[in-house]
Amino acid sequence: MTRKQRRLTMIGGALVVLAIAAGLVLNALRDSIVFFSTPQMVAEKQIPVGKRFRLGGMVEQGSLVRGDNLAVSFKVSDGGATLPVNYKGILPDLFREGQGVVAEGAMDASGVFKADTVLAKHDENYMPKEVADALKKQGRWQEGEGGKPVMSQGAAKPVVTQ
Amino acid sequence: MIAEAGHYALVLALALALIQSTVPIVGARLRDPALMNVARSTALAQLLFAGLSFLALTTLYVTSDFSVANVFENSHSAKPLLYKITGVWGNHEGSMLLWVSILALFGGLVAAFGNNLPLSLRAHVLAVQGWIAAAFYLFILMTSNPFLRLAQPPLEGRDLNPVLQDIGLAVHPPMLYLGYVGFSIAFSFAVAALIEGRIDAAWARWVRPWTLVAWIFLTLGIAMGSYWAYYELGWGGWWFWDPVENASLMPWLSGTALLHSAVVMEKRNALKVWTILLAILTFSLSLLGTFLVRSGVLTSVHAFATDPTRGVFILLILCVFIGGSLTLYMWRASSLKQGGLFAPISREGALVLNNLFLTTACATVFIGTLYPLALEMLTGEKISVGAPFFNLTFGPLFVPLLLAMPFGPLLAWKRGDLRGVTQRLMAAGIAALLAVALVWAWTTGGAALAPLAIGLGVFVIAGSIVDMAERTMLFRLPFGGAFRRARGLPRAAWGTAFAHAGIGVALIGIVCESTWNTEYIGTMKPNDVARLAGYELTLKDVTQRQGPNFRESLARFKVTRGGDEIGEMTPSKRNFTARQSSTTEAALLSRGASQLYISLGEEAAGGAVAVRMYHKPLVLMIWWGPVLMAFGGLLSLSDRRLRVGAPKPAKASRALQPAE
Repeated sequence: MTRKQRRLTMIGGALVVLAIAAGLVLNALRDSIVFFSTPQMVAEKQIPVGKRFRLGGMVEQGSLVRGDNLAVSFKVSDGGATLPVNYKGILPDLFREGQGVVAEGAMDASGVFKADTVLAKHDENYMPKEVADALKKQGRWQEGEGGKPVMSQGAAKPVVTQ
Repeated sequence: MIAEAGHYALVLALALALIQSTVPIVGARLRDPALMNVARSTALAQLLFAGLSFLALTTLYVTSDFSVANVFENSHSAKPLLYKITGVWGNHEGSMLLWVSILALFGGLVAAFGNNLPLSLRAHVLAVQGWIAAAFYLFILMTSNPFLRLAQPPLEGRDLNPVLQDIGLAVHPPMLYLGYVGFSIAFSFAVAALIEGRIDAAWARWVRPWTLVAWIFLTLGIAMGSYWAYYELGWGGWWFWDPVENASLMPWLSGTALLHSAVVMEKRNALKVWTILLAILTFSLSLLGTFLVRSGVLTSVHAFATDPTRGVFILLILCVFIGGSLTLYMWRASSLKQGGLFAPISREGALVLNNLFLTTACATVFIGTLYPLALEMLTGEKISVGAPFFNLTFGPLFVPLLLAMPFGPLLAWKRGDLRGVTQRLMAAGIAALLAVALVWAWTTGGAALAPLAIGLGVFVIAGSIVDMAERTMLFRLPFGGAFRRARGLPRAAWGTAFAHAGIGVALIGIVCESTWNTEYIGTMKPNDVARLAGYELTLKDVTQRQGPNFRESLARFKVTRGGDEIGEMTPSKRNFTARQSSTTEAALLSRGASQLYISLGEEAAGGAVAVRMYHKPLVLMIWWGPVLMAFGGLLSLSDRRLRVGAPKPAKASRALQPAE
């Protein structure tokens, strides 16, 4: 093979791999991305039953109910709307009423959000970024309350149960 | 006083870095050895002052000087000494100081051990190191000074985030930074080569050990971070495809590609332009990682302090260095001469294939990590890209890479004999098929992909063994002869075999853990028994205990299997008084490579406690793999040819050039 042919083989091979990768990426992006919503957005947009998304907001005061065998239910609110959430499993250490939370799951037919993942961050004044943004948009959250930054350092703890 | 001294040392280090980044370049232009040698002394002095500054902050932490804001925010006098020290880098300011100290360390090492480098190359390399260092000293001094004092010193600190009070944190960030920052050397060498317009096999031989060192640390750092997440976060996950993890995985992928392409360049003087590009990209990805972690633009489990000015500053550094080096690359790369020829089926060809897949896999991680950010900026829509995306893109790209991996080391340079190699790999192929059949039969009717993936892992491991058996002529020579050959083999060959086998080991662990992981979640009262994967776990009691800076409730479990007592597991939940926060301390019990895992949830009514238990088959192999890889890297680093010293550069240009 001449130098030119060799180079062409190489470039051809590279293009094939890149094309395959591009196909994989596009395919995966279509199927596996998860959108973020607040209860308000859920109320406005009709999210089909069973479609996975991330729900963010504040856990409403007094809404946490523990059932049998680790079943819990609570309400997530963003000030505008409220959405009931069911979850089965162990909540993260810093899950508290009146604190920000992000849950991943889907709506069921009765209008309840069934979460299979609940994320809470490991810091007393932490607010998940999406939740802070959403609340800010509605004018319900002031940046740096009490002189403290909204987000201070702290690793977070995602909790997943299948 | 100590805080001010530390601050002053940092300013001096900045001044030295500025000298280091200019004077040697002028010296190289004027061909003045004295000016070029300034690089060496400034790099060593810079290391001294950066080190002093770091030492000052450590002293402040150890003595619990709460008049310093950073110490107040992140320390507590009741904290154990070890965590006082590791707390230095458990926060943004301190970790940036660690970052520059390591950068100064690498610069100092090049200065100290780079005596066999051509003078002008060393001057250029250290000057580029000086630019990076100066940018980050400025960043620390202007946006994240760790030495700021509080007007009214409080009596007690706010304590370090409890999750970070762990031995894993003591080791994980420094390891990771040694990896990230270590790639700066390859970057500096690449930029220096572009400035000089000259690059040859000797260049690759100088760059390779530095890249290898960085790669070893990054490999161990990533593995350690993963193990830390596994036992500390309390739900048994070891990789989340979290942006911050991806940020460390991307430089690892491109750094691995760089290691391999540097081999081609060193041995065959080919792929020069590509190797330079990879060196630039690898460090650029390290910088990007620093940006992603430090700016907080992405929601991540590692939400560190965020401050818009910091993000903008790092973004600026990022743009200047990546943009600048790539512009220089476009401008100068064409002046680098093309190297040796090779057929597509050859060792070089295999290494090109390796590079192709590694960089493409790296690109998919890049897209998955930054796509949410781009989409949010363009459309305002918030999405998250999680594990399914990466499993669907990264996974399929790694399959051909792993399939091809055993072939690479067996192919000859220049032109390889694919059929011959296939014949020699027959044993490995048979071993793989046997493994597939065995696993299939054993797990009847389970997931179909898992046995195939295990077969792939076995193929990779067996391929490494075949490679070594071929080289030592095991089974063909008497055993003594094979042993002598084994000792005579270059260490780099052993390194390759270990590192490749490590990938196979990790793959098997990953597949087994994610396919046959069993879990039990429920509430338990004392004397309740949970059954999991053939084990019986009995809750004996729950007791309260006072630790140095926390209270914990400790549960004791008796583990039995078929009536035989195996051991006791004591998971606990700790409450840290200073921060009013709690952590879950999981209990682990290893059985071979498999582990039992228990973590506690909240206490329910009537003395019952919520527990989460897992049986994770062969989970330890996930981390043995990287350890094997790092060991392979270490063997390769101790190779004779890297110790004996680099060959003379291709052209002794300085000697031939007429004096001006």
